[in-house]
Amino acid sequence: MSDPKHESEAARKARNGRNIAMFIGLMAFVILVFVVTITHLKGNVVAGPSF
Amino acid sequence: MSKTTAADLDRADALAPPAQWQDYVQLLKPRVMSLVVFTALTGLFCAGAKLNPVLAATAILCIAVGAGASGALNMWYDADIDALMRRTQRRPVPAGRVQGADALAIGLVLSLFSVALMYLAVNLLAAALLAFTIFFYAVVYTMWLKRSTSQNIVIGGLAGALPPAVGWAAASGTAPLNAWLLVAIIFFWTPPHFWALSLNTEEDYRRAGVPMLPVTHGEKATRTQILIYSLILAPLAVLPAITGLGGVAYLAAAVAGGAAFVALAARLAIRGAKADAKRLFGFSIFYLFSLFAVLLVEHIVGAAPFAHLIG
Repeated sequence: MSDPKHESEAARKARNGRNIAMFIGLMAFVILVFVVTITHLKGNVVAGPSF
Repeated sequence: MSKTTAADLDRADALAPPAQWQDYVQLLKPRVMSLVVFTALTGLFCAGAKLNPVLAATAILCIAVGAGASGALNMWYDADIDALMRRTQRRPVPAGRVQGADALAIGLVLSLFSVALMYLAVNLLAAALLAFTIFFYAVVYTMWLKRSTSQNIVIGGLAGALPPAVGWAAASGTAPLNAWLLVAIIFFWTPPHFWALSLNTEEDYRRAGVPMLPVTHGEKATRTQILIYSLILAPLAVLPAITGLGGVAYLAAAVAGGAAFVALAARLAIRGAKADAKRLFGFSIFYLFSLFAVLLVEHIVGAAPFAHLIG
C-alpha cells in the first residue's frame, strides 16, 4: 500500500474519485433495494390477503 | 510464445498512472454489456408478460451488472494474454491501471449482488439463468475453453447467447421454446462473427498462444466453417416468424439479412480477402442488431405474428 504522506496529487485525486464512485454505487444499491421492496409490498397490498 | 509473468504485471502496476473510476467502468466491458442488455430487453418484451416497470428495469440492471461482472472476471484471468495482444493490451489490468486482485474482487462482488438482487426482486429462474451465464463465461469459457480448444468460441458462445432467455424468464418466470430460439440464433451467430474478426487478428492470437481456429486449422478451414455456420444461421433466424414470435417485418429482415450474410460468407470462402472478413464482421453486428430491433419494435407496437396471419 502507498504511504499517504508521500502520495502524489494525481493519486489523491484518483482515490477521491474512486471513493465518490463507490459511495454513489452503494447509495444507488440501497435506494434500489428500497424501491423494489416497496414495489413488492404495493403489489401484495393490491392483491389483498390470501386467506 | 513469450509469456507475461506476474513480475511483468507488477512492474506495469508500479509504472502505471493511478486508477480512475473510468478504469473500473472499462473493466465491465460496457460495449459487450450494451449488446447483452439489448438482447435481454428483447427477450423481456417478447415474453409478453405484464411485469411491473420498476421490476423490469431492475431485471435489466441485474443482467447488465452480471455481464459486467463476467467481464471483470475475464479481464482478471486473461491479463497475461491480454498484455500480448494489440486489441486488448490497453485494458485496465494488463496496462497496470487496475490490479488483478481488484478486478477479481469486483467481479465476484458484482456477480453476487446481481444474482441475489435478481432472485429477491424478480424470480428464481431468472436468477439461476443469470448465475449460470456468469459461471459459463468466467469459468467454462475464460478459464477452460479459451486456452484449450479451437472450439472455444463455439461452446463459450452460449454465455453470450443466454441473455434473451434470462430476460424472458424475468418477465414471465418461464423459458419456453421461443426463448431458446433467440438463444440459438445468437449461439449460431457467434462463430462466424468472431472468426471473421479473428481472421484479421490472427497474429495476435498466435503470439498469445490462444488456439483460435485460424491459428490451429488455418484460414481456409476457418472460412469454410464460417460459411457452414452462416448456412445454419440464416434459416434458423427465419424460424421465429413461423413459431409465432416474429411478424412480417421480422420475416423480411431475417430473409434479406440472412441472404446477405450467406452471400458475404460465400464471397469470403471463395476469395479469402481480409477486406471480405472485415465486411462480414461489420455486417454480422448489423444483422443481429436488426433482427432483435425489429422483434423488439414489433412486440412494443403489438404487431401481429406472421404465423397468425397465414394460419
